[in-house]
Amino acid sequence: MKKLLSILAVSVFAFSANAGTLDDVKNRGFLKCGVTTGLAGFAAPDDSGEWTGLDADMCRAVAVAVFGDRSKVEFITTTGKSRFPTLASGEVDMLARNTTWTISRDVNLGFEFVGVNFYDGQGFMIPSSLGVSSATELDGATVCIQTGTTTELNLADFFRLNGLSYEALPIETNDEGKENLFAGRCDVYTTDASGLSSTRAAAADPSKWLVLPEIISKEPLGPLVRHGDHQWGDVVRWSLNAMIIAEELGVTSENVDASKSSNIPEVLRLLGVEGSYGEMLELSSDWAYQIIKQIGNYSESYEANVGPDTPLEIGRGLNALWTQGGILYAPPFR
Amino acid sequence: MNEIIESRKPPVATTGILGWLRANLFSNWVNSIISLFVLYILIQFIPWILNWTIFAADFKYNFNGEEIIDRTMCSRVLDPENGGACWAIIYVRFYQFMYGFYPREEVWRVNLSYIMLAVAVVPLLFDDFPFRKHFLKFTYAFPIIAFFLLNGGLGLQEVSTNKWGGLLVTLVLGCTGIALAFPLGIILALGRRSNLPVISMMCTLFIEFIRGVPLITLLFFGMVMLPLFLPEGINMDGLARVLVAVTLFQSAYMAEVIRGGLQAIPQGQYEAARSIGLSYWQMNMKIVLPQAIRISIPSIVNTSIGLFKDTTLVIIVGLLDLLGIGRGALADTTWLGLAYEVYFFVALVFFIFTFAMSRYSLYLEKKLKTGINIGAD
Repeated sequence: MKKLLSILAVSVFAFSANAGTLDDVKNRGFLKCGVTTGLAGFAAPDDSGEWTGLDADMCRAVAVAVFGDRSKVEFITTTGKSRFPTLASGEVDMLARNTTWTISRDVNLGFEFVGVNFYDGQGFMIPSSLGVSSATELDGATVCIQTGTTTELNLADFFRLNGLSYEALPIETNDEGKENLFAGRCDVYTTDASGLSSTRAAAADPSKWLVLPEIISKEPLGPLVRHGDHQWGDVVRWSLNAMIIAEELGVTSENVDASKSSNIPEVLRLLGVEGSYGEMLELSSDWAYQIIKQIGNYSESYEANVGPDTPLEIGRGLNALWTQGGILYAPPFR
Repeated sequence: MNEIIESRKPPVATTGILGWLRANLFSNWVNSIISLFVLYILIQFIPWILNWTIFAADFKYNFNGEEIIDRTMCSRVLDPENGGACWAIIYVRFYQFMYGFYPREEVWRVNLSYIMLAVAVVPLLFDDFPFRKHFLKFTYAFPIIAFFLLNGGLGLQEVSTNKWGGLLVTLVLGCTGIALAFPLGIILALGRRSNLPVISMMCTLFIEFIRGVPLITLLFFGMVMLPLFLPEGINMDGLARVLVAVTLFQSAYMAEVIRGGLQAIPQGQYEAARSIGLSYWQMNMKIVLPQAIRISIPSIVNTSIGLFKDTTLVIIVGLLDLLGIGRGALADTTWLGLAYEVYFFVALVFFIFTFAMSRYSLYLEKKLKTGINIGAD
């Protein structure tokens, strides 16, 4: 075999100097957004190679805010281990990679979580034939658990607090957990609820499996940027908030044009008809209008990617608006 | 009475199929039992796997004749008892498996470089190829042509390596790693045996260091640490960084393989070469290396196959090679749960390439008669 010694050539990108990330992105002409290498409902390439999912929509929303064009984004795949160095070195402008917001990541690693686009948490999945409806009835169960993760510690705490006993079946990967559960080698599989939903959707007959209502840990997942560049952080934060506020105000991609002549002041401010909020962010005045028009509000993105009508069938739960029993809440747009 | 007796035929049980069976499968009772057992397994297994992969499988349409566009239309989801593999996921995503996210209107460039790769490599592999000399000139120019063709520049639209994926990435990594590591490995092997202490120490240090860490560590180093060392604002291409790591790793192993070959060359060869006044390089290029490399062929191919398969590790640093694209396909809610099909397909593609490499090495060994057969030549 002969070589493509070629690629060795080092591509030296233009010097970014010390301008802010927003200016870098504008000069480059597209956004670089770090996503997973593939996670059902959050970011995965579809048949035509387009990235889809809740996190992919987050990236696109920011691209729309900056450029008014949902295609002006380059998706950079990152793994659980490579995501933080990739962001720190400036290879990506932001991460939307189902990353849990914790104090050490926010403070110690030097990143800035700008919000939460999905409230996840550790849950339990069982075969419905087990006849159990609550995790507190799982005394003596064999539990498939990924070793060396926080889920392992959460599990031990939960069972101890409830005075239950369990037998752990250690596994390494999600696939392994899936196979073990489907083969009946363990009664319960525990990992993040969103992961359980995709495991369930992959089963031959999903209706034979049940995700229990108990959520035993907090896993707020959200987009993050580098610490210190507050202007850029604001752009990402308010791109997310604009989608949430749009849902709150009932503005969708369908009625966004009609909403421009709404009589609700906050709608007019959001769509850039009144006020100069785009200018404050150094974006065009219709940036939020474009996000809603091209991506949709939070609910539309949720329903299309992970909602009850998708194979994942994840109900809104905690991710419902604060007015509807959830904890999704965005500061006022004024 | 010197009548010539016609030679009798050998006993029936020692010739033909019967003889072969007896000699190879049923030579004693232990072997017979093992043979019967293996035969039983094969009879059980082969029809099942043929049925699953071919006869009961969906390729583009399911058993109702509908074109499959998501997992719920697969025969094996509709009818788990009778349905076989659902190859539609491969069919629909074949482009991604081959080229990743390479823009469709530019894909002719990838195809053209595949064709050129064949034109560059085949004459290299077979020395009775017609007009081989002229083809080899092209072989040397190929890497440069391929670089501009795949990456862009010189009037072609630039396609960033983030968009490369699938078999393209696997081949780029495999070919470049193997091709660059070979000369590097030779230099390192010669360096390690050098009489100059500085050179020998440096080569030994390099080889032992690289061999002492797993490939994943090097990939992480390339992907994660390198950008932190580079001045701010300078980004080295992600694929290039991985290529450097893979090449360094492979060259250390190659060096040891070739050193093994060098050890096997009798001292007399060196002395003879010296005595007719050959310089160090003449001696190595004309006398020592041709023999050493000939002996090392099986090990060289062995490590090359190892590298080719190790390229799947790049998923750890976020590059989507063939396996990575497969896992991405499995994460698409449209196709959740078709893991067997995807992994089977990826395994098959890898098998085709590695099997071809291994057959080629057998052909080379036969042609060069590398087995040490004293006097029989």
